[in-house]
Amino acid sequence: MADKTKARKAAPRPPTPAAPAVSAMPTEPPASIISITRDPLDSAAIRALEQAVTTAGAGGVVTFAGVVRDNARGKRVRSLEYDAYPEMAESEMARIAAEVARRWPESALAMVHRIGPLAIGECSVVVVAACPHRAEAFEACRYAIDTLKASVPIWKKEFYEDGEEWVEG
Amino acid sequence: MQVRIRYFAALREAVGTPEEALDLPDGATITQARALLAERQPALAALLPACAAAVNRSYAPADAPLSEGAELAFIPPLGGG
Repeated sequence: MADKTKARKAAPRPPTPAAPAVSAMPTEPPASIISITRDPLDSAAIRALEQAVTTAGAGGVVTFAGVVRDNARGKRVRSLEYDAYPEMAESEMARIAAEVARRWPESALAMVHRIGPLAIGECSVVVVAACPHRAEAFEACRYAIDTLKASVPIWKKEFYEDGEEWVEG
Repeated sequence: MQVRIRYFAALREAVGTPEEALDLPDGATITQARALLAERQPALAALLPACAAAVNRSYAPADAPLSEGAELAFIPPLGGG
């Protein structure tokens, strides 16, 4: 017993880290990330956006990814093409980000929409909302994607087996 | 005065160009520009009624007056997301 106690005493204490493990994370919410891009929104890109908005105080991070579906209104869709009014799209997205910051002051938001040709299964839009708690992260993310769809000048063309069409929604 | 018209999506395909200059009487409104374009470009006439308008990259009401050098865009029904 004594040996055990001694051994325990002698054991080196775990080193106190010079800084907590989260020290690499920013503590203040970053400015919102907003862009229109032609680059793929693959899992690495989505992960980078999540990391960019996740601060040490973020307890809930909600990511919405819009993905190209193979059907619409009963038609088989082969692929999509997105077009945007890029300058206005980014300024409308900045408006959304400002409103998110007003409604959820402790949030951080990333919102990126891809344009150009997209294949089935590729991601067209990503919204990440990071907040102290999950409820406001869900709300902020939902508000941002719903408002993006309603106000940001981006258009979608569907390509079918037998034609193509610019479609709403 | 002259304004710059920018076309996107279905409108760009209909007119075959991403932008053009449009001469308008001083103080002309968006509604007047819309009517003139529909008259000059039959391909646009069917599409414009469903479009909103933006001046200098912000949504603008139909009766908004335009000014020299303004950037005017007609915004077809949105499809982002």
